[in-house]
Amino acid sequence: MINPRRYPLLATIAIFVIAYAICYVQFPYMLSTRVAGNLLTDNAYLGIVAVGMTVVILSGGIDLSVGAVIAFSGVFIAVMLRDTGLHPLVVFALLLALTTAFGAAMGALIHRLGMPPFIVTLAGMFLARGVAYMLTIDSVAIDHPFFDTLQSTYWLMPGKGRLTLIGVIMLLAFVVGHVVAHRTRFGANVFALGGGQQTARLMGSRVGRTTVMIYAFSGLMAGLGGIVFALYTGSGYPLATVGTELTAIATVVIGGTLLSGGAGYVFGTLFGVLTMGLIQTYIVFDGTLSSWWTKIAIGVLLLAFIVLQKALLRLGTPRGAAAA
Amino acid sequence: MMPAGVKRVLPQLITLAVLVALVSAVFPDFLQLHYSDGRLIGPVIDVLKRGAPVALLAIGMTLVVATGGIDLSVGTVMAITGAVAAAAIVAGHGLLWALGLALAAGLCAGLFSGCLIAFLGIQPIVATLILMISGRGIAQLITEGRILTFNLPGFSFLGSGHLLGIPVPVWLWLAAATLTVVVVRRTALGLLIEAVGINRRASALAGINARVILLAVYMISGLCAALAGIVTTADIRGADANNAGLWLELDAILATVIGGNSLLGGRFSIPAAVIGALIIQTINTGILLAGFPTEYNLVIKAALVVAILVLQSPLLAGDLKRVAARLTRQRHPAPATKKERASP
Repeated sequence: MINPRRYPLLATIAIFVIAYAICYVQFPYMLSTRVAGNLLTDNAYLGIVAVGMTVVILSGGIDLSVGAVIAFSGVFIAVMLRDTGLHPLVVFALLLALTTAFGAAMGALIHRLGMPPFIVTLAGMFLARGVAYMLTIDSVAIDHPFFDTLQSTYWLMPGKGRLTLIGVIMLLAFVVGHVVAHRTRFGANVFALGGGQQTARLMGSRVGRTTVMIYAFSGLMAGLGGIVFALYTGSGYPLATVGTELTAIATVVIGGTLLSGGAGYVFGTLFGVLTMGLIQTYIVFDGTLSSWWTKIAIGVLLLAFIVLQKALLRLGTPRGAAAA
Repeated sequence: MMPAGVKRVLPQLITLAVLVALVSAVFPDFLQLHYSDGRLIGPVIDVLKRGAPVALLAIGMTLVVATGGIDLSVGTVMAITGAVAAAAIVAGHGLLWALGLALAAGLCAGLFSGCLIAFLGIQPIVATLILMISGRGIAQLITEGRILTFNLPGFSFLGSGHLLGIPVPVWLWLAAATLTVVVVRRTALGLLIEAVGINRRASALAGINARVILLAVYMISGLCAALAGIVTTADIRGADANNAGLWLELDAILATVIGGNSLLGGRFSIPAAVIGALIIQTINTGILLAGFPTEYNLVIKAALVVAILVLQSPLLAGDLKRVAARLTRQRHPAPATKKERASP
């Protein structure tokens, strides 16, 4: 028998496959590697931040700062490349160090102050976007030969589909996220924390250290997402990716991770991201549907998944435990 | 007001006074008021008027937060109700229909979130996230993606009119806050809300119908969001589904937290939250008046939030007590030890 904990993940995959099949019946071209390649490229930055968000949510927390951190990253890269002679790789390394430290600082505040992550990361969101504004209020184009090389790097798949560098980075991020969450001691601590802080402490996991590392990881992923977003758009703009944190949370939930923490799979989030991308692609293919249907469809999907999860949880728990 | 009530809002009043002093130091005319054309004019009136949407949202948000919940959907509910009101006016229905439909839309939105939370047991943050994401789509569906403009003097009066020299939105949030405080504090409702927020199971065992209470607070929050949506729409005489109420839910939550209400639920104060909304608006207006670039707005806001969080932190308060206890022990060795053990 299949573990009931896997039901949400399997449901996610099943819905993605069914949705893709429906799309294929209507538009046979949807199954080409070109569409698949674009699906990966267009959602690369979202997927990468969603990996970090999955780990945060597995621990029972939330990180509202990621959208602002992406915007900050783009602006930081653009301004640094414009004003200094540093090589893009050096700028990337600086940025990742900065966003990781930023995440760690938020984790430390959450642990030290005993405040809800929601409000601490909300302050982080204001700060990151505010600093982005202070760097520039305009959209700054990125113009650097090495940067252009990265942007135009792709592998040709059979069927002329382009597997771009940023698409590959996203897939790698999911592999890394999977290993970190499901194969390391840190990951075990994350799940323990998601099960309950008190229990985690009693089990002997170091709650403070784990909390700091969780938000540092999310900061790192948001920085990486920012680099990918800068590669994707070729510019830095402080008003970019407003609300991405909520989309990321939605993909994590659609991916079958419980928002209460302690149960879920990093790869589920990949399917959550792809399902969202698929809805957008379908609307583009259809051509007659207005863009607002995307938002409504995502909302309905989110609702369906949460209700499904609730039902599965109720089925999965033994009767005696359900009352507790 | 009772002395206890004043004491509760004292930290917020002091913060507000310090901010006003700071802004006045940079912009000396801040506290000046003129009376012309039968209306009061001055930066303070401007703060009171522009703070109206967040103040209205903060009233509902405080009740939601008191039950241990959170309502992320209020910003989009503002967009929906604004769109509903504008669509009703454009379709030729009268003022009363427009208002009634908008308020009903807000109640329905609250009912939807409330049902998910009270009956399905979904976490408030997710349940309201659904409406937050899809709500703007619904609002765009109603306005068909355009900015619906209208001309109905009676409706515009709610957003930009004056009554006794004071802008109508100010009267609206004052009335809404007073009414809610009276209803909540003169009946047992406030106590029941706090009980549900502190421990839902215990309150259920004590005979409180937690489901009805939860439904009620989310519907009140929806109603407050509808009022805020009406004010915003009436002010600009148009419904902008994309930008109406955008990110105001975060300001409303911030106002609630600045008002000293714990996000974990329990005791709450609506006056403190409304003062919190005025604090936020004073910062926004103050930064503009002081001639700072608006880019600094968010960074200053972030610094302020962190400062308030540090001051409110239960853990840090324990640390400070311990430090204070250690200091007093050095001076008077005997009595402090018991106090130290008692602090968490």
